[in-house]
Amino acid sequence: MDAFFSLLHGFEVLLTVSNIGYMVLGILFGVLLGFLPGVGGANGIAILLPLTFSMPPTTAIIMLAAIYWGALFGGCISAILFNIPGEPWSVATTFDGHPLAKQGRAGEALTASLSSSFIGALIATIVLTFLAPIVAKFALRFGPPEFFSVYLLTFCSFVGMGRQSPFKVISSMMLGFAFAAVGTDEITGGLRLTFGTEVLLTGFHFLIAVIGLFGIGEILVTIEKGLHFEGQSSKINPFVVWQTWKKLPQYWVTIIRGTAVGVWLGITPGGATPASFMSYGLAKRFSKDGDKFGTGMLEGVVAPETAAHAAGTSALLPMLTLGIPGSPTAAVLLGGLLIWGLDPGPLLFVEHKDFVWGLIASIYLGNLVGLFVVLSTVPLWASIMKIPFAIIAPIIIVICAIGSYTLSNAPADLVFMVMFGVIGYLFKKLDYPLAPMVLAIVLGGRTENSFRQAMLGAQGDLSVFWSNGLVGSITALSMVMLFWPAITWLFRRLR
Amino acid sequence: MSEGHDSKVQGEQGKPVVSYRTMNITVSLLLMIVATIVMIASYKLGNGWAKDVGPDSGYFPFYVSLIMFFTSGVTLVQHLMRRHREGERVFLHHREMMMVLQVLIPTLIFVVLSMYIGIYISMALFIAFFMMWHGHYAWYKALPVAVLVPVILFILFEIWFLVPLPKGPFEAWLGY
Repeated sequence: MDAFFSLLHGFEVLLTVSNIGYMVLGILFGVLLGFLPGVGGANGIAILLPLTFSMPPTTAIIMLAAIYWGALFGGCISAILFNIPGEPWSVATTFDGHPLAKQGRAGEALTASLSSSFIGALIATIVLTFLAPIVAKFALRFGPPEFFSVYLLTFCSFVGMGRQSPFKVISSMMLGFAFAAVGTDEITGGLRLTFGTEVLLTGFHFLIAVIGLFGIGEILVTIEKGLHFEGQSSKINPFVVWQTWKKLPQYWVTIIRGTAVGVWLGITPGGATPASFMSYGLAKRFSKDGDKFGTGMLEGVVAPETAAHAAGTSALLPMLTLGIPGSPTAAVLLGGLLIWGLDPGPLLFVEHKDFVWGLIASIYLGNLVGLFVVLSTVPLWASIMKIPFAIIAPIIIVICAIGSYTLSNAPADLVFMVMFGVIGYLFKKLDYPLAPMVLAIVLGGRTENSFRQAMLGAQGDLSVFWSNGLVGSITALSMVMLFWPAITWLFRRLR
Repeated sequence: MSEGHDSKVQGEQGKPVVSYRTMNITVSLLLMIVATIVMIASYKLGNGWAKDVGPDSGYFPFYVSLIMFFTSGVTLVQHLMRRHREGERVFLHHREMMMVLQVLIPTLIFVVLSMYIGIYISMALFIAFFMMWHGHYAWYKALPVAVLVPVILFILFEIWFLVPLPKGPFEAWLGY
């Protein structure tokens, strides 16, 4: 019940005029960013983060989180109407969403997708509300070895659960760690890997990496395909919404399964994209109309959207309780917390109760407000989408540049942004995953510090990571994850 | 993202420029070079045990890049051997390469220019160029967008949010 009262307190914190105002503003920003290809939740928040430095942290995180919900909602609009996923996690939504739109049932598809996103997020938020305090309380006992083992598990999970070549996953991740190491060594205070240059003194800021990798990189990939949008009309009115809502309860199994998949992959660093694909695949296999999937089934829209939104929401759980973001967007939010002087991790729940519970309360309200705001503004977004890419692309690039510059007023950051853009473009096309690299840039310092503190405490004895049941089992699980591709490979060979 | 570049569309895409195999080999070689540079730098910093510090400054980056060297090496060997299967799948056609370069080079120029003449004038030039070059818009259609966007952003950042962006002689002449 503690969690329940804390949540009520959170609503008290949340319900001020300015907080609600910034929340609605954030949702609108988020939808805009989410449905435009080339800007997504992660780099949208990265760009807007500097503007929030002057706000109180609670208001700032409420607005930034609202951008995140908006982006999660917005991705499906362009996916359904234009067959262009605005976000990677809306790819699976295009499979049945766009055929529905072509049949003139865009209103139904949008209502189903937005409503099931909402349900997925709501269930995930309830899980977050009651599970987060327990995890945080448990994690209060963690020392450096435990924290390092949890970081290890996070990174090894990318190898074990990734779809890409494990070697590419690790290369991408290690490049991220190398970027993170540039600049001042936090423990000795000395400089490292600056190669005698001044521009590298402060290191690479991860927000620059995010804006470059996801913003500029995505634009390059998009422009290469010579995009021209062909939209379907978006007739949507209260009658269509009501009719669709009446149909949704029959998909309750799909909704629950999708949410479960989403919550699981959100907490472990699988993220929203694999969750949406997995949920779609499962729905296709278990549905009695499975063979009709891809031709415009409402169920095929419900499945990926519940999972994506549930994953996006539950990604905040490890971010808040352990300081480990479950997705690149959660990583950017974590960066925000660090900038505002809040240290994410178990102590956050003790020392900054207002902040944590205000944020959690805002997830409930943000998703509810988001659902109605987005449902009522669909035609507006559809008309923006008709602006040709040749006008939108340079504006997106300009906005990325402004976001990079405002971070620390360093002109060199703009050049780094373009450099990360090229890396993002190459990595994306060559199937190097970007998420492990971003997480490594964000968590590199913390991972290294916990490792070095643990080693110093144990006088260089590596067995400290096996020294008690807790740390030992997390380390063992990490090793299983790390060698999972090798294990499955061996298993297939032996059979 | 990487699928769908079949040879079927070759006609409209121009000749193939580079294959996936070549790009995979190039990128893994580049990663190995980066790893080597970081390893050398970390070794010089000290990659062992330092008194009262524990693992020294270079310890973590050294092993990180050692792992990167190894995994990129495996990727390199995999693609060197995998001649026939993945083989000649095309990474970039001529037309696609031109599209990418036509975005990348103006972006670089925009970024460098903004350090000298300020971001607002550079973005006006950049947007106008982009619209006319990529979208084949007439100058009288590109001009309003190229003027309006910087003006709106100027009001938003310099006046409303009070966030200073790089400015040049033109803004100084206006009194900012």
